[in-house]
Amino acid sequence: MYTREEIKQKAEKALDKKAAIGPDVDLNQFATSFVPHEYLSDEGMLALPEEEKQRLLLSGVDVTEKERGGTYIQMDTTVVHCKTKQEGIEVIPIKKALEEHPWVREYYWKLVAPDADKYTAAAEMNLHDGYVIRALPGTKSIYPIQACLYIGKEGLQQNVHNIIIAEEDSELHIITGCSTSPHLKKGAHVGISEFYVKKNAKLSFTMIHNWAEDMMVRPRSVGQVEEGGLFLNNYICMKPVKSLQMYPTTHLIGDNAVARFYSVIVGSPGSEYDVGGRIYLKKPGTRAEIVARSITNGATIINRGDLIGEVPDIKAHLECRGLLLKGGVMHAIPELRGLADGVEMSHEAAVGKIAQDEIFYLMSRGLSEDEATSTIVRGFLSLDIPGLPAQLKAEIDKAIELSKDVM
Amino acid sequence: MLLIEDLQVELAEKTILKHIDLEIKPGETHALFGPNGSGKTSLLMTIMGYPQYKVTGGKIVFKGVDVTHSPINERAELGIGMSYQRPPTINGLKTRQMVEICSKDKKVNVEALAEAVNFNSFLERDINAGFSGGEIKRSELLQLMAQRADLMLFDEPESGVDMENMVLVGETIAELLQKECRSTPTKSMAQVRRERTKMGLIITHTGYILDYVPVDKAQLLYNGVLSCSSNPREILNCIGEMGYEECVRCTLEKR
Ligand SMILES: Nc1ncnc2c1ncn2[C@@H]1O[C@H](COP(=O)(O)OP(=O)(O)O)[C@@H](O)[C@H]1O
Ligand SMILES: [Mg+2]
Repeated sequence: MYTREEIKQKAEKALDKKAAIGPDVDLNQFATSFVPHEYLSDEGMLALPEEEKQRLLLSGVDVTEKERGGTYIQMDTTVVHCKTKQEGIEVIPIKKALEEHPWVREYYWKLVAPDADKYTAAAEMNLHDGYVIRALPGTKSIYPIQACLYIGKEGLQQNVHNIIIAEEDSELHIITGCSTSPHLKKGAHVGISEFYVKKNAKLSFTMIHNWAEDMMVRPRSVGQVEEGGLFLNNYICMKPVKSLQMYPTTHLIGDNAVARFYSVIVGSPGSEYDVGGRIYLKKPGTRAEIVARSITNGATIINRGDLIGEVPDIKAHLECRGLLLKGGVMHAIPELRGLADGVEMSHEAAVGKIAQDEIFYLMSRGLSEDEATSTIVRGFLSLDIPGLPAQLKAEIDKAIELSKDVM
Repeated sequence: MLLIEDLQVELAEKTILKHIDLEIKPGETHALFGPNGSGKTSLLMTIMGYPQYKVTGGKIVFKGVDVTHSPINERAELGIGMSYQRPPTINGLKTRQMVEICSKDKKVNVEALAEAVNFNSFLERDINAGFSGGEIKRSELLQLMAQRADLMLFDEPESGVDMENMVLVGETIAELLQKECRSTPTKSMAQVRRERTKMGLIITHTGYILDYVPVDKAQLLYNGVLSCSSNPREILNCIGEMGYEECVRCTLEKR
């Protein structure tokens, strides 16, 4: 185990280390100094300007907290609201957690390497905050916990580190949004996330991104799932961004562990997305599924998927579909690596435009060409995610519906 | 009324329909026979308005409106509907949503309609995804029921349908085309018959469908040319005995 000092030293050496993939970001152009914000009471949240509330809502964050089990909101570098409403579920700002709860050290930088690249290094050298969300053994979350990382300050680089733990036999649902002020132009977000799904636990993590046109986004996340555990990871991004690169990775380290990654990306002109999912199947009976749906309206989208079957009796499937609606580039890179006899791995990838015969079929049922097109697009984006609570499914549908204007 | 005059159609730069004349009056249903590749599907697709079927001559008039060059959805709105032989799958679009699309502003009870063609268990499935031949037919009929078109085009409604479902498919089509009419306390059978408005054009190879749906006329398409016989049974027997080519000859002579 590394001491805090050793972690710092490693990170320091990696401050200029470029990432393995994705365009390099010059981090010197951003400010990282602390931006103070007042803590918001429940009433304070409700009193937020309507515009900001809507912006939060787009990312699945409801300031009324009506059907939420807890909330974490960070504005720029500062935690402005943090609470849990359900016993057995903890929501703690990570800086506070590192000071007050020694157990957090057991999870901090244990899955993601602090010296992986300049972004992980930056998050260690200059940590603003982040959340620790934990479901205690046997606790089942009734309503999802909501978390939001919000950027309002022009030119800020937000560095966060999140740790999510579903203890044995627990069930934890999290909806998390990253968003910016409607007026923000330029900024960067560096987010480290480490996920621990313990024996027979279930974790669903639904992330909705709403960035601004000039945002650079570099999430770094790694998860591990123990015996019989389930990790559902959903990602929705329907708004422009300058450059987003991430390759979340999960290790299935216990028998019969399951991971499913679903992503929906709608790329606007000028945006660059390099996103993927990587799942290591390390124990017999493990299952992995990656399903990606992306649409480009003039964006460059690289969609990666990598499944690694290390032992026999594993099953993994990757499905990557891309639609080119109004120009742009769609690059699907599905990879399968079987390292033992008896693995069962498959993938399908398809890139293309909307099929004419589908449009005509709908037109012959009375829809105009435009209506037919948007009906097909909506169908394309609608994912059946087994195991996702209906309420979160509704949030995803809402996010897609609200973003119709970008299509 | 559907009126087709001297219609000439090209597909992929090849003439596939030549000098087609066809008239279907309100209340009438015609059967359309013809060997594989003779252009039957092409004729239906042209009436529906698929742009790859390029009309190079003649015209199509429906309810007095010249629709020769109208887009598909305008024809659908005028009341033309189609039951496809191999409709495309639309991923993520549930059968229920498709039925709702068909019904448009009309209030329909999707469950009740689906019940009629034994299709309730398919409503939450993506439309046509993995449907068997018979399931496709029932799905298409369900959509037509919701759509309530006035002219219905059926492309081989009995192909891939098992014996048991044949009755269901046959009776549903008869119902759609107002052939299952019964007298009512206020109207005589003849009156009900006279008041039929629905029109149909049914492509059939086997003619099984005729056991359930009485048709008024039979059309025979051969090499893109249409010939007509007033007696569907006769023409079917003739095809069975002598083959299409001989049959075309005799029907052409009869004219
Ligand atoms: N997509 C296509 N491209 C070129 N020719 C086609 C295409 N589809 C059908 N055809 C041709 O058009 C003719 C008529 O086909 P079709 O209308 O499907 O006949 P039928 O329904 O009577 O079997 C045939 O010669 C067929 O090969
Ligand atoms: Mg055909």
